[in-house]
Amino acid sequence: MAEMDTSGGGGHKKGPGVKKAKKLSTRVDLTPMVDLGFLLITFFIFTTTMSQPTALNLYLPKDTDKPEEQNKAKESGAFTILLGKDNHVFYYEGILDNSNASTNFKSANFGSGEDGIRTAILKKKSTTNPEDFVVVIKPSDDCEYKNVVDILDEMAINVVKRYALVDISDVEVQLIKATEASAVK
Amino acid sequence: MGRPKIARKSTNIDMTAMCDVAFLLLSFFILTTKFKPAEAITVVTPNSVSSKPAPEKDFVLVTIDKDGKVFFSMDDETKKAFIAESLNNTRNLGLNVNAFKKAGFIGAPFSQLSQFLAIPEDQRKGAALPGIPCKDSVNNEMVEWFRLVKTAYNGQKMNLLLKGDNSSKYPAFKNVVAALKKNDLLKFQMVTNPESAPAGTELYKKQMSGEKSK
Repeated sequence: MAEMDTSGGGGHKKGPGVKKAKKLSTRVDLTPMVDLGFLLITFFIFTTTMSQPTALNLYLPKDTDKPEEQNKAKESGAFTILLGKDNHVFYYEGILDNSNASTNFKSANFGSGEDGIRTAILKKKSTTNPEDFVVVIKPSDDCEYKNVVDILDEMAINVVKRYALVDISDVEVQLIKATEASAVK
Repeated sequence: MGRPKIARKSTNIDMTAMCDVAFLLLSFFILTTKFKPAEAITVVTPNSVSSKPAPEKDFVLVTIDKDGKVFFSMDDETKKAFIAESLNNTRNLGLNVNAFKKAGFIGAPFSQLSQFLAIPEDQRKGAALPGIPCKDSVNNEMVEWFRLVKTAYNGQKMNLLLKGDNSSKYPAFKNVVAALKKNDLLKFQMVTNPESAPAGTELYKKQMSGEKSK
């Protein structure tokens, strides 16, 4: 098995008096060579990078000082996501003020489970007029770049057409800090 | 009863053909493998469901490493030469235009740029370099870089790419974005690794029904 037959075809007649040379087998066992070949193939298959990096588009809103040029988000359709540190996400609907801060301000995570941000986005999306629905993303200084991309990705996953990346306000920073502090206790 | 004699077949298989195929495949994979060049800046990019491949031509790439240091690179050498010359003219940096053209990336403030270019290419390692200062709005040299890029491209098509490390903090990203905004460059792309849309979500259903994702 697995040999290469390199011996010539039928033996030819040697003339009289010619000494018969001792015939060594010329069959080579190819099994180790095939083994090695396939080993290398698997190595190269696995190291070949198949996946090209992809690019995620992001369009920035133009900074404008004139209030009439700003896009106004309807309060009923606004959904604000705050990104905190250690992959914490917070969200609220509409406008956050002192009267509803305790009930409107909720925390979530990046998972897709019951308390994941996806569930919250979908819930809001299903109860809002699609025309008014807008997601405002406010990353805090403590969050990581990954979180920002994840949440932008979440917009793509849940097919949210209108979303904006906005700077966080001090009130919200304080609220995140307070919530994180109380969660530790 | 006499059994019919089954002819004994040889169990020897000629492996030559198999060996041929194996080595053909082997040589194919060896030749097509492009080894990842050792990157001077190590960046682990996040995943996204985006299926659009990152452009490889006419790109202007801003890299943010895990410490929030910002690096700048672009591929068009004539544009690079233009930038180096205008830097020399306006800021009197005395840059070696040729070295600037050949540099794979830029990772130093303007004041240290000529020293940076003096370092041999293979010794420029992201971790040891200062990066382009972009900490706050007062001292944001990225604004100047983007202004130069914009002048160099002058309305031609360019692909602004932003490649950030997973664990880099948001302020670094914010400052780069602020610099982009200042130059009215409002469209850019973030380099990510592909992943598939989670099952059951709207995008997933869309993709399943054959609609092309954006």
